[in-house]
Amino acid sequence: MHSVVCIKQVPDPAQIRVHPVTDTIVRKGVPTKINPYDLFALGAALELRDKFGGEITVLTMGPPSAEDSLRKALTFGADRAVLLTDSFFAGVDTLATTYVLATAIRKIGETFCRPDIIITGNESIDRETAEVGPGIAKRLGLLKLTYVAKIVGLDLISRTIEAECRAEGGVQVLRTKLPCLISMLEANNQTRRGVVTDVLPAGRAPIVKWSAQEAVVEDISKCGAPGSPTIVKRVFAPSPGSEKAGLVEAAEQPTKVLMKPILNSQPRLETDLVAQARGF
Amino acid sequence: MSNITKAPTPAAGGRAGAKKELSEHFKAYKHIWVFVEQERGQVHPVSFELLGAGRKLADKLKVDLAAVVIGPEGEATRNAALESFCYGADLTYLVTDNVLSEYRNESYTKALTDLVNTYKPEILLLGATTLGRDLAGSVATTLLTGLTADCTELDVDADGSLAATRPTFGGSLLCTIYTLNYRPQMATVRPRVMPMPERVARDAARIIIHPLHLVEEDIVTKVLSFVPDRDSAKSNLAYADVVVAGGLGLGSPESFQLVRQLAAVLGAEYGCSRPLVQKGWVTSDRQIGQTGKTIRPKLYIAAGISGAIQHRVGVEGADLIVAINTDKNAPIFDFAHIGIVNDAMHLLPALTAAFRARLSPHSRDRLAS
Ligand SMILES: Cc1cc2nc3c(=O)[nH]c(=O)nc-3n(C[C@H](O)[C@H](O)[C@H](O)COP(=O)(O)OP(=O)(O)OC[C@H]3O[C@@H](n4cnc5c(N)ncnc54)[C@H](O)[C@@H]3O)c2cc1C
Repeated sequence: MHSVVCIKQVPDPAQIRVHPVTDTIVRKGVPTKINPYDLFALGAALELRDKFGGEITVLTMGPPSAEDSLRKALTFGADRAVLLTDSFFAGVDTLATTYVLATAIRKIGETFCRPDIIITGNESIDRETAEVGPGIAKRLGLLKLTYVAKIVGLDLISRTIEAECRAEGGVQVLRTKLPCLISMLEANNQTRRGVVTDVLPAGRAPIVKWSAQEAVVEDISKCGAPGSPTIVKRVFAPSPGSEKAGLVEAAEQPTKVLMKPILNSQPRLETDLVAQARGF
Repeated sequence: MSNITKAPTPAAGGRAGAKKELSEHFKAYKHIWVFVEQERGQVHPVSFELLGAGRKLADKLKVDLAAVVIGPEGEATRNAALESFCYGADLTYLVTDNVLSEYRNESYTKALTDLVNTYKPEILLLGATTLGRDLAGSVATTLLTGLTADCTELDVDADGSLAATRPTFGGSLLCTIYTLNYRPQMATVRPRVMPMPERVARDAARIIIHPLHLVEEDIVTKVLSFVPDRDSAKSNLAYADVVVAGGLGLGSPESFQLVRQLAAVLGAEYGCSRPLVQKGWVTSDRQIGQTGKTIRPKLYIAAGISGAIQHRVGVEGADLIVAINTDKNAPIFDFAHIGIVNDAMHLLPALTAAFRARLSPHSRDRLAS
């Protein structure tokens, strides 16, 4: 059983600002971490390895500093880490990202062992598109399950997997065939931290670094900015609220102070509510 | 790694200054399409909201607005096609087949990409629901075109390109994204972001029926079961007229009861900020904000919520925002219409009692005013 887990190193979104003069994003000094959804993906892979044995490869595309996130993933229990780093990868959008990652997953299959399952986080907290997982599957011609809340069954003989997937208004239980790609939502699995058997080998585990050429990216024009169909034309901060609220300090009878403006500004509300209360 | 980091100001040129150079075969792509999503036989309201938004873009570009209806044979799918005309569609593309009775990525992706390749729309819009995001992602990668997810604003600029604005970095920033040289230009929009257009009874105009060419045996993924959410039939947070929500300021799961009680008296839905979901006090379908639901009620009452940007983006469409917070410098007072600096623990029960009295059928208070 070989799982490949795709992770992304993300900045803390709450600390990102736009530079007031240049209108560019200021990332300097903003702390980074592993995208939380990707930790659920790693958690799912660890559970599978506990049950079925095998190995876990974590894969990321990023600047050289993304090595930090891979190291962390190794201490959480991954067996091997692959870092794709190259100036050609800069400025990618989701479509180009899926091209690079899919190419690298093929190479991982050739170099180490063919993956049975590829697990991604459902989305990243900085870009939040939920497009990368499905895109990788498409490019590799794999089946996929997205919005997975839980893997409920896996059978290595019939090579099937069953999972609970979030759908509108409920949960769909789906079965599909391996090899496949799944993208994990927030799940109940807790990424275990610091288990001795995980941490000890982590220090020795290698981090494989591949450039575009080493990852056998054949068509450079498909990765990085040139391979990205979307273009960001403008980045800006949300405009502040137009007027500040009229503050009502703790008055004698706050409910009176409050009910009047509510009912005055929404004249129909009261009639609607009364009708509703009467069961119309 | 994202292109946002690299995005220079337009004046600085570079990628953001890129010009449209549409290749010849893309010039045949015309008209605006809206994917009409059905959920257990009902059209998801976001589809009508998108028809409203699509209508405006179509009028601006002087092109047609088409609805795309994909589903099993029968009444529900036919009704979805007919309803689309009442919300502004000029024509409807219809794919019906019983293998489409439950949403599966494989079958729906095939249906939609076949349509796009045959009839070539310029812009394709989908609701940013679980289904819509899943479908949009695989259609865009199959067609190798650009997709802008979770947009909050759509417009077309002078040369007819779609300008799709979306929050990024958890709502801290907004960015406007173009798909200049690929077609169709795809975008998803969350429910309740666009206003619901008025329904105007209209006869069906053109309906174009397209075959699926897929049999059950071709589809590997099987649906084993569907488990509806426990109270989702009742919870209609995104579309409620009145919403009462609580945040960490309530201090304990027990005090969240105060929010539920006020909501019950007002016939409102209740919601919460994200930390309450993370702590397990409230279920995740009640979360309001960037990573939860977008709401657009007539009245929103927020108690013990600080008003972080990620919460704010989900509630700004409310007609009247009432905030209750003990800290007069809380950011929620920057966008609330009425702010009460007070302890929610006292004020919530007091409001519940006051509204209960006022709204009772024999309320003297109401009759007097
Ligand atoms: C990627 C990302 C996505 C996010 N998505 C969401 C989202 O979708 N929705 C969301 O809500 N958050 C989201 N957040 C979290 C968000 O940044 C805030 O942390 C969160 O909204 C704060 O919740 P809060 O207002 O309940 O808690 P706090 O910020 O702790 O605020 C509590 C408030 O209660 C007040 N208070 C205390 N006691 C009382 C009292 N007795 N009576 C009245 N007021 C009192 C305090 O003055 C304070 O203002 C997201 C964050 C990230 C990074």
